[in-house]
Amino acid sequence: MQPLLISHISVVNSLGSGVEAMRRALREKRSGLVPCDFETARVDTYVGAVPALDDFRVKPDLLDYDCRNNRLAQLCLEQDGFAGKVAAAREDYGAERIGFYLGTSTSGLHATELAYRHRDPKTGALPAGYRYAETQNAYSLGEFVRRYLGLAGPGFVVSSACSSTAKAFGNAARMITAGICDAAVVGGADSLCLMTLYGFHSLGLTSPGPCRPFDADRDGISIGEGAGFALIEKADRAQSGAILLLGVGESSDAYHMSTPHPEGLGARLAMQQALDSAGLKPSDIDYINLHGTATKTNDASEDKAVFEIFGPETPCSSTKGATGHLLGAAGITEAIVSILAIESGLMPGSANTRSVDPAMKSNYLLENRQAKVTCALTNSFGFGGSNCSLVLGVAE
Amino acid sequence: MRVFVEGVGLLGPGLQGWEAARRVLAGEEPFRSASTVIGSSELLPPAERRRTPVPVKLAIAVGQEAFHGAGRDAAATATVFTSSSGEGETLHQMCETLASAEREVSPTRFHNSVHNAAAGYWSIATRSREASTSLCAYDASFTAGLLEAVTQVASWGKPVALIAYDQPYPEPLHSARPLLGSFGVALVLGPEPTRRASAMFELAVLPGDEKPSRMSDSRLEELRCGVPAARALPLLEALARSTEGNVVLDFPTETRLRISVSRC
Repeated sequence: MQPLLISHISVVNSLGSGVEAMRRALREKRSGLVPCDFETARVDTYVGAVPALDDFRVKPDLLDYDCRNNRLAQLCLEQDGFAGKVAAAREDYGAERIGFYLGTSTSGLHATELAYRHRDPKTGALPAGYRYAETQNAYSLGEFVRRYLGLAGPGFVVSSACSSTAKAFGNAARMITAGICDAAVVGGADSLCLMTLYGFHSLGLTSPGPCRPFDADRDGISIGEGAGFALIEKADRAQSGAILLLGVGESSDAYHMSTPHPEGLGARLAMQQALDSAGLKPSDIDYINLHGTATKTNDASEDKAVFEIFGPETPCSSTKGATGHLLGAAGITEAIVSILAIESGLMPGSANTRSVDPAMKSNYLLENRQAKVTCALTNSFGFGGSNCSLVLGVAE
Repeated sequence: MRVFVEGVGLLGPGLQGWEAARRVLAGEEPFRSASTVIGSSELLPPAERRRTPVPVKLAIAVGQEAFHGAGRDAAATATVFTSSSGEGETLHQMCETLASAEREVSPTRFHNSVHNAAAGYWSIATRSREASTSLCAYDASFTAGLLEAVTQVASWGKPVALIAYDQPYPEPLHSARPLLGSFGVALVLGPEPTRRASAMFELAVLPGDEKPSRMSDSRLEELRCGVPAARALPLLEALARSTEGNVVLDFPTETRLRISVSRC
């Protein structure tokens, strides 16, 4: 594929608000995971929450869209001068030439969960103030962000579970390359809700403590909430040192709805395609940010897939011990971790992991490592066997 | 960007399969609205058929018909799924459970609740490890899916299947988001004019607020407006009538998708 410029980024999660807060937390190997006290949830697990959301409201002219997920999106658009950078791009290209390809897994579902608790006892009707289109529908995030940023180009929301915001990079790359738009906003948000806490718990996939990716004693995920955005433009605008999207790989497991392929077949296909589309060899990759959810099955199958392609040398780690599993927002967040690795040479060690499972064969980082990172690969895999890998690099 | 239509699948109220429905859409037979009949696909393992959610069955049924028409191997073809409503019945059951005191959530129901459930079941059923995405753009979900599918064909030079589907919600969600009926449509789109190709689409994204194409039959127009996936009807009518001309589909923004349809 033709490389594309990633000109601006913003991020929010339990590690803090803004790129610098995240960079500092990763450098300190800090974890944002705390015992779950989300709303009325009684699930024995840890979460990566963004407490600022509880008292946050979306801006007055978009109040119809007020829900935890869109609050999170707005909080993120307000970080790192991101909305201002998009406004400048809008002046430059025209609003109708900027597309938006965003991802979320559960959108404003928590609004529906609350509405179901307040149904009319006689008719069963949802409360009058319930707004389906502006909260529950998967496109709610897309329309909210579009309106907030004043974009008028073609856009949509990808909702392919935990690969959603990684796959959005692929949509943006294709649309820009095909001339459908000149620039695109990618990213998205996923916020805490009861469905994912109780749902993952019912599958036996939530850890009672903070999650420990690749640990011999790993026992499940910690759910987190977070958002991230990136502005993508054509690479002819890239100056030396700018961050580039070099490759995208997408595949399906064709195996099971909620269990990854045991040999990591779909993961391997996605990584290989990402390398092929970037025109790179495995040895060109300096760091891999893994999906690394800390479930028994994900980490084992991902390790097999990574080892198969990259062998025992390439440093890799999961940052989910720090952020928790941000579900639909994991892809953009971990793309940003990979961008930080390229910018600062920081390959983050795995927060909360005590000792690496001896069955793992890839070069998993327990401690931070400082080294030059020219190219990084990041993995995002989801329910339904939906896999996506991205290759990020730097302009010469 | 141009693509060639190799196969079509369709299920909707009074539109029972593309082969039968094309005569209705061509004006050769009257449109008689009736409940959409969604059978169980033999693609699904017998044990799975009963508990597979209805939207998934709908998506698989239209996808299968389109691949049959195209004579393509589904295992080797990338897919774009698009739906405004996703997994309504599952969402309703989950929300009821979460509003109850016990909150005893079913693990199967939870993994069936994702917007890409249909894509996941399709991949398992067809053994396709190709790329697959699942989109939503509210009432413009079909427009978004078509744009993405055509862009994929143009990017990769390989065929891509578009599967758009919507299934009405149960109450109380139905009152908050009423959908007129079950509607699913699938198109297998290729980069070359193969023997099976019946029409060519040439796509352009245009700024402006041009009115989207409508159906001349008032009941079909009601269906078009009543289900997001049925926004495909003007395009299907052009295919059924083998007419040449432009179909306009809308986005929520002042952006339009113009599809120039020609025979091939």
